Amino acid sequence: MAAPASATADTSSGPASAGTPRALRNVVFVDGVRTPFGKAGTKGIYAETRADDLIVKVIRELLRRNPDLPPERIDEVAIAATTQIGDQGLTIGRNAALLAGLPKSVPGFAIDRMCAGAMTAVTNIAGGIGFGGYDIAVAGGVEHMGNHPMGEGVDPNPRFVSDNLVDSSALVMGSTAENLHDRYPNLTKERTDAYAALSQQRYEAAAKAGRIGADLVPVATRSSESGWGLATADEPPRPGTTVESLAGLKTPFRPHGRVTPGNSAGLNDGATGCVVADEETARGLGLPVGMRMVGYSFAGVEPEVMGVGPVPATEKALHRAGLSIDDIGLFEINEAFAVQVLAFLEHFGIADDDPRINKWGGAIACGHPLASSGVRLMTQLSRQFAEHPEVRYGITTMCVGFGMGGTVIWENPNHDETAGGAK
Amino acid sequence: MSIDSDSAALFPDEVVTRAHTRLVEVPGLDGRVALVTIDNGHDHTKPSTFGPAGLASLDSALDEAFAAEPAAIAVTGKPFVFAVGADLSGMGQLSEREYAHRIAKAGHDVFRRLTESEIPTFAFVNGAALGGGLELALSCHYRTVADNAGAIAFPECFLGLFPGWGGTQLLPNLVGADQAVTVILENSLNQNKMLNPGKATGMGIFDIQLESPDFLEESLRWAVRVVNGSSTVQRAEIDRGQGWDDAITRAKEIAASKTHGASPGVNKAVELLELARNNDLDAGYAAETEALADALMTDELRAGLYAFDLTQKRAKKPAGAPDKSLANDVNKVGVVGAGLMAGQLALLFARRLEVPVVLTDIDQGRIDKGVAYVHGEIDKLGAKGRLSSDGVNRLKALVTGSLDKSAFADADFVIEAVFEEMSVKQQVFGELEQHVSPETVLATNTSSLSVGEMGAKLAHPERVVGFHFFNPVAVLPLLEIVRGERTDDTTLATAFTVGKKLKKSCVLTADTPAFVVNRLLTRFLGEVIASVDEGTPFEVADRALNPLGLPMSPMVLLQLVGPAIAQHVNETMHAAYPDRFGLSDNLRRFVDAGKTGVWTTDEAGNQIVDPEVAELWQQGDEPLSEEQVRDRALRALAEEARIMLDEDVVVEAADLDLCMLLGAGWPFWLGGITPYLDRSGYSELVNGKRFHQPGVASLPSS
Repeated sequence: MAAPASATADTSSGPASAGTPRALRNVVFVDGVRTPFGKAGTKGIYAETRADDLIVKVIRELLRRNPDLPPERIDEVAIAATTQIGDQGLTIGRNAALLAGLPKSVPGFAIDRMCAGAMTAVTNIAGGIGFGGYDIAVAGGVEHMGNHPMGEGVDPNPRFVSDNLVDSSALVMGSTAENLHDRYPNLTKERTDAYAALSQQRYEAAAKAGRIGADLVPVATRSSESGWGLATADEPPRPGTTVESLAGLKTPFRPHGRVTPGNSAGLNDGATGCVVADEETARGLGLPVGMRMVGYSFAGVEPEVMGVGPVPATEKALHRAGLSIDDIGLFEINEAFAVQVLAFLEHFGIADDDPRINKWGGAIACGHPLASSGVRLMTQLSRQFAEHPEVRYGITTMCVGFGMGGTVIWENPNHDETAGGAK
Repeated sequence: MSIDSDSAALFPDEVVTRAHTRLVEVPGLDGRVALVTIDNGHDHTKPSTFGPAGLASLDSALDEAFAAEPAAIAVTGKPFVFAVGADLSGMGQLSEREYAHRIAKAGHDVFRRLTESEIPTFAFVNGAALGGGLELALSCHYRTVADNAGAIAFPECFLGLFPGWGGTQLLPNLVGADQAVTVILENSLNQNKMLNPGKATGMGIFDIQLESPDFLEESLRWAVRVVNGSSTVQRAEIDRGQGWDDAITRAKEIAASKTHGASPGVNKAVELLELARNNDLDAGYAAETEALADALMTDELRAGLYAFDLTQKRAKKPAGAPDKSLANDVNKVGVVGAGLMAGQLALLFARRLEVPVVLTDIDQGRIDKGVAYVHGEIDKLGAKGRLSSDGVNRLKALVTGSLDKSAFADADFVIEAVFEEMSVKQQVFGELEQHVSPETVLATNTSSLSVGEMGAKLAHPERVVGFHFFNPVAVLPLLEIVRGERTDDTTLATAFTVGKKLKKSCVLTADTPAFVVNRLLTRFLGEVIASVDEGTPFEVADRALNPLGLPMSPMVLLQLVGPAIAQHVNETMHAAYPDRFGLSDNLRRFVDAGKTGVWTTDEAGNQIVDPEVAELWQQGDEPLSEEQVRDRALRALAEEARIMLDEDVVVEAADLDLCMLLGAGWPFWLGGITPYLDRSGYSELVNGKRFHQPGVASLPSS
């Protein structure tokens, strides 16, 4: 379609003239929600629920909770999924936008960085906002691991083996976690079990205080055997978990290994989403500002020890932001495996039970539907920011399959210099 | 209830709809919601219905729900379907009034638990809600509806029944008698018109319409607000005086004009609506139960259920049609003739097949006029919002005209709609054959001429088939597909495939004069006209068939068909069967005088015989009574229908009925026509045997 003459004139005199001044814009996290997370498999709450329907519920809840956000103002819907076929296919972002009833003028796309999918959706959108490509967008992720088991349809290039590019264990996440134990022998099974029990206990306390449920959108769940139900709470958590109850669990990835179903996240179904915006746009529309993005980094590591990814990603992000780990007052780190969290804490000299870490428990308790988890971390961090004006900076970080890590540093807009805390 | 143990015996083939109760936590609510799902275990193509076992399942699901002492009870359906009412095939097989009574009462007893519950009850109508399904919803205290729910209606009167599980009592007391009359009588008797969710919500049938993507979640949220008192539900003030009187008057008028009192079920609907004025559910439900038990044991209803089954099943799987895999693709259509009929056909083919349609006629002027007519109709569809502007462009581009018949060279299907004259039609086909491929189907929309004769002179007569539409083409669902003596299976299969794509209900007929509908109508009309010729006053003759409840009287039918066309068909029939199809000199004079109708209105607005008609119509002096005219017409119909079966015009009597239901709009309570001829005794009187065994389209003989 031919552009109107005036538009042509504008474009020729616009970007074509080098050195057009650009202002970098502040990117804010407005609000986030998620579905309750379910256990993957035929007995799970979402066994008969489609992945695209999960993300649709999330998008609609974001709009319901933010009536000041005109749907037609949404410039992009970036949705992550690791396996982008079937009910996670058809360019899930666009597919979900249409299904959610957003105006047809709202575009969408699909994104994949395995576990850091939703996180990458947010950073990608943030880049676009900073550059001026978007004012406001929806970012999120979905993974229905019941419908799409890990590794579904993958076809690894034989050169990975023939050229010794990676060890075969690199493709099995549990094995990479065992490898991490090998690398850091002082990260014992006793410590990972203790961490896992702590995660369950923290989650349980947060749930009882109403902190978890507040961010969940209820999802109607179909069961052809027993009729409709309503998912209002996470299915994976195991309240009452203790170190003792974890001790005897099997180690499926190695005989007499250390990684158990108890000290790692399970296989889960769920979706998350958030609204990310240019700060001025958000404030102009009267939208809440939950967090301000300071910076982000992704980093690669050896795929055989992918769990160490958050370490270089965080170092890099802090360096770029001119901050140090001591500036960070709250951490939301994804718990794919307890050992991977401990490797991070060990690196930065933080105690296993430091109260700044995963205050409301983590994926070991609530679950980890791969591509969706990044936004869960962000939503929870934004809520914690509101409760902790004394904290200025927080991070969300996660390890990523095939040897990566991702970290986003956030600033607390509620930070009050006078509240006492410098951090 | 005691029906569960017997249900298998009562309804041996019941597809049991199970009700599942789950107790769900809903944020913001103290206590749980007992969520009851109605699900027959099939996908949406087989919607959930209620038979005795289904009702028993719902009853025990409600036991479970009440036992849990929830904060609310909500009923919803499987995806895309709420529930579509009683299991009609089972209802049509009940052999004893006692069983009918039990099922009638069971529906009331189970649904009423939701009405009389101390705990707030909700229906979340997520999809189709018909008949008993809608009654289940109305039995709850509150209702939500999904904005994508299709098919909301009480279709009972359409079947010759009435809503019998609470509908006649609950609906008028919810939305007022006038709107209840609209839903229960007017819509149902207007080709079973359905409500959309917005309209139904506007009427007050539903308290709130919610968007489909999270309908159930939002329904539960809304229910919590209602239970907590943060949302209040406004209900209409019911006018139980004059408003109710007026509504009942209107109901009677609708029943009279649509059924002439011929449907006991429809009459009963009016009676029950009157009874509902007192809002006394005990009395109302008892009356519904008795009436339903009675109605289920009438031949009229059995005929209605039979007719419904024909339109739902037989119409979709035409008897005698060859395997559809034999059909050829139709990627271009030719229409010969550019008159009104041809234009209607071109529009239909373009809309439904979405392939190029070329019109031709004897001169460019007619062609231009024909194409302009079709393009104008397409624009009208666009203006009504039935087509997008892209759709308008697409269809207009598909419909073109050509004087040169070589434009038909690559057509796969050519239909002629030229003057009803054998030599003209033969000439058209002969000329077409010079241009089209040997496989191209040549179809004729003739209403009475021989399809075989039309193709007799062709090199490839096997590609000729009759394709007889009914006017107006876009509205009437019937298509008679006529197999000529030499028509081959490929041609026939292609014709059926095209007919189905045109969304018509196709019936296979033999190549006998006037096929089915016109033959029966002509025979019957001939008897009425003969009665007038012999001296019966028009008023008497034209009223004679009223007790059948036909959609229009014989003389009005004559006017609708067009006296010239009727006369033409009659001449064809007379030529073929001079003994049974007489010629009327009066009718000929009537046609020659250019008259279109017998009736006109005088200055006072009264219907009178057109004085010019009275003048030209020379009557004898042997008048018949209404009863005698009716007797004569029904004998003729019984005789003709039997002869048609003997001639193998159609596969079975059911096909005659299907044709009369869909092509002539004859009512469900007649079952088309043959069930009525059986039950009124004319089949045995005239032919010595029935068309159907007792129990088929009638009560089983006890």
